[in-house]
Amino acid sequence: MIAANLPALQVVLPLFGAVLCAFLQRGILAWGVALIVSLAMPFIAAGLLIQVLDSGTISYALGGWKPPIGIEYRVDVVNAFILLLVSLIGAIIMPYAKASVEKEIPADRQAWFYAIYLLCLCGLLGMAITGDAFNIFVFMEVSSLAAYALIAMGRDRRALLAAYQYLIMGTIGATFYVIGVGLLYSMTGTLNLADMASRLGGIENSRAVLAAMAFLTVGISLKLALFPLHVWLPNAYAYAPSVATVFLAATATKVAVYLLLRYFFTVLGTVFAHKSLPIAEIVLILSLAAMFGASIVAIFQDDVKRMLAYSSVGQIGYITLGIAITNLAGLTGGIVHLFNHALIKGSLFMAIGAVFYQIGSVKLDDVAGLGKRMPITMGAFAIAGLSIIGAPGTVGFISKWYLVLGAFEKGWWWLAFLIVASSLISVVYIGRIIEVVWFRPVSAAAKRAKEPPLSMLVPTLLLVAATIYFGFDTTATAGIAGLAAELLLAGIR
Amino acid sequence: MTGQTLIILALLIPTTGIALIALTWWHQNLRETMTLTTAGALFYVVMLILERVLNGEQLATQAFQIVPGLDLAFKVEPLGMLFACIASGLWIVNSIYSIGYMRGNNEPRQTQFYMCFATAIASTIGIAFASNLFTLFLFYEALTLSTYPLVTHKGDDNAKAGGRVYLLILLGTSMVLLLPAIVATAVIAGTIDFTPGGILAGKTDNLTITLLLVLFMFGIGKAALMPFHRWLPAAMVAPTPVSALLHAVAVVKAGVFTIVKVIVYIFGVDALVASGNADWLLYAAGATVLLASAVALKQDNLKRRLAYSTVSQLSYVILAAAILTPISIVGAAMHIAAHAVSKITLFFAAGSIYTASHLTEVSQLDGIGRRMPWTMGAFAIGALSMIGVPPTAGFLGKWFMLTGAMDSGAWVAVAVIILSTLLNAGYFLPIIIAAFFREPGKDVKKHAHGEAPLPMVIALTTTAAGTLAMFFFPEVPLALAKLLAGV
Repeated sequence: MIAANLPALQVVLPLFGAVLCAFLQRGILAWGVALIVSLAMPFIAAGLLIQVLDSGTISYALGGWKPPIGIEYRVDVVNAFILLLVSLIGAIIMPYAKASVEKEIPADRQAWFYAIYLLCLCGLLGMAITGDAFNIFVFMEVSSLAAYALIAMGRDRRALLAAYQYLIMGTIGATFYVIGVGLLYSMTGTLNLADMASRLGGIENSRAVLAAMAFLTVGISLKLALFPLHVWLPNAYAYAPSVATVFLAATATKVAVYLLLRYFFTVLGTVFAHKSLPIAEIVLILSLAAMFGASIVAIFQDDVKRMLAYSSVGQIGYITLGIAITNLAGLTGGIVHLFNHALIKGSLFMAIGAVFYQIGSVKLDDVAGLGKRMPITMGAFAIAGLSIIGAPGTVGFISKWYLVLGAFEKGWWWLAFLIVASSLISVVYIGRIIEVVWFRPVSAAAKRAKEPPLSMLVPTLLLVAATIYFGFDTTATAGIAGLAAELLLAGIR
Repeated sequence: MTGQTLIILALLIPTTGIALIALTWWHQNLRETMTLTTAGALFYVVMLILERVLNGEQLATQAFQIVPGLDLAFKVEPLGMLFACIASGLWIVNSIYSIGYMRGNNEPRQTQFYMCFATAIASTIGIAFASNLFTLFLFYEALTLSTYPLVTHKGDDNAKAGGRVYLLILLGTSMVLLLPAIVATAVIAGTIDFTPGGILAGKTDNLTITLLLVLFMFGIGKAALMPFHRWLPAAMVAPTPVSALLHAVAVVKAGVFTIVKVIVYIFGVDALVASGNADWLLYAAGATVLLASAVALKQDNLKRRLAYSTVSQLSYVILAAAILTPISIVGAAMHIAAHAVSKITLFFAAGSIYTASHLTEVSQLDGIGRRMPWTMGAFAIGALSMIGVPPTAGFLGKWFMLTGAMDSGAWVAVAVIILSTLLNAGYFLPIIIAAFFREPGKDVKKHAHGEAPLPMVIALTTTAAGTLAMFFFPEVPLALAKLLAGV
């Protein structure tokens, strides 16, 4: 009974949790609800993944209405992987959140914070699980509106402006998405993604479908912050409350990338394969621009959160690069980097969140000398930093290995060198933080800093440990990413 | 014990050492006991492995698959065995020396120092026993990262600047050149395992082989082939025991070790000879030998002079490997060992002079041999070995190199070896002459000082004796070198 309804539970549980949080009003109680819900999520997602691996794609008719008329929740190995990623990050953040939220959010808004957080989680999971184009839009709006609110709760007043900026950009993205879906609906008469894909045969070169492809690409790219549509991201990540930054950085853009994968390979696979639009080439160029441009900008940031935000834009470039390479190794690299980057950026932002908790600032001048005051936190930061550089023995290396392998297998030697050269830029910006933290004298702000409470330290260390563990045991990451890539590539053959 | 157990023990012992050192931070003597015990235990295990290898046994571990085609696996082959012997043996001596140096100079953060040192040794053992390019690469990077805190140990601006150059060149070359070379090898050959005879032979065209050779040779930045040698002089800001670690025990040795290993087991000596595209390497290495020696001549700072001497000596090894005859490969392996014991002696002597008298420049060393006879005596032996004068270890390597070069008619190499021997003599002999036969300068006379602390003197006498002993009893290294070259 429960096993059969897991797809619904995955989305409905956080939705009810959000309502409950809003009713409870007390911060600590709301945290308890959010904790229980968040901890339950990975079990549901894992259950779904196991079912998918055992017996293939799950089709769940919501409310008993048969697809393609009713809304279908459709779970295959691709989105099962994404669901697990989002749930895991959500679960590891919640224990961490308590102390951080108590410090950064006024007491009367804490319950709201958890309610909105759960709504955002619900929206992201919904986007990933549903097999209906319009339903995706609904969940996109749920998660985006919640994200704007989360960002606006930042202590810095610039958070409001950042949220507003994101709101404008995000709405444009969502609008483009809906226009794209509308065009596809007018051509196929269905909103069910699988149904849509099968009905596109023969009309894949019609102008309306090509226009739909363009609208969808731009709309989703805004959501996933593909360079140069990333301008909302640095401010949003920099001024949001620490917990919100960790959560959004590790999950929101990743789900948007999933949508791109889904549309490029499953729904519009024939369009993508026919190359009537130079989509792969465009994505390739923009990915490279992100890998170099955004990473270089990251070097010059004086605020650690902003630096990491620009680094995120660069890292998203690696993920989309996997799409552009379009062979098994390359796409596996992109998808596994989706997971790996979530672990890495989650760890980095958690460590920096702990710094903010202790000294109330993440300016480079203020974190000077922290290596002596918070050696464990900063050590964790350094290890996650190695992972973003792609040192062997960390998850970053696994992603890089697949991407470079994909480039070589395609005969693109030049691309292989660009990939490794761009990862050298991350040595510079991570190295800059490391030098400031360990070689500069302790700053005035850091004088009395000490390690954060265990409730923050332990989740951070767990996530950092995961960046090492999955650098060696890749059956659950690269293994499943490989299966997902195979499934997706089947769509463009 | 099975071979697998022994290899895993050799990796686990220094790793456990890191934890033991960390746990005993509160008691200096106990902490140092941990370092020495770990070093001793490691050497013992390595000797057990050596015994089996000399008996012709094949030691290997089971492969642990990371992703398909990417395995974590270890296998003992002759060159790796030699490297492991050098590293684990010299770690003991180096630890004794470190204790004298770190206490004598009241260095801060000593626990961190010994922990990083043990990490570096663990990485070195991993490099030595790696059975494929990925495993080697993993520990190669670990070695760079674990030595970074050692290089920057002083924590001042100089250390920071030196550390930057160190990290950027070593990480940069390995990430931008070596890693693509490894992936390309995997794509072309379908494997990255070290295999006698090479894995690239006949798999691709000549141009690709040349390109890959360029990528590997410059990508292995630790071998300091010009123009990627700048990190070695930059790393001179480190405390002297670290310089010894970099120059003799681990880092540069890991570089030339990897070069020889790639030439022998990835490209294959015969295949490279057949394709005829390793000639440029001969010239590149020869140029580095001569240029670095010329730069060394001009250095007044003793450690900088030694650093450039290292750059030049490393390219001897590359030169020997590039001659591509079995006998020159023996020369390359022997020179790795000979340079290790000799250069560590020289650095120990430099550090001992600094600790006793705080002198750092060559021009200040007039007459110092009379006050520090042991130190300067050892220095003289090390220097003679670098020049290649018998009865020192350095003679052996050069002998095999020259024989190999003459056999194959590589007259460029012969000329380089002769010319650089003169240059070596030119920058080492004046130091020895000044130290023993000149009157001390006036300002030096005011600071009366004797020998350095006893642990340091013991350490440098041991390695000097080792330099001599390797000439008279070269059986074990020679046997391993011959196994490697298949002669």
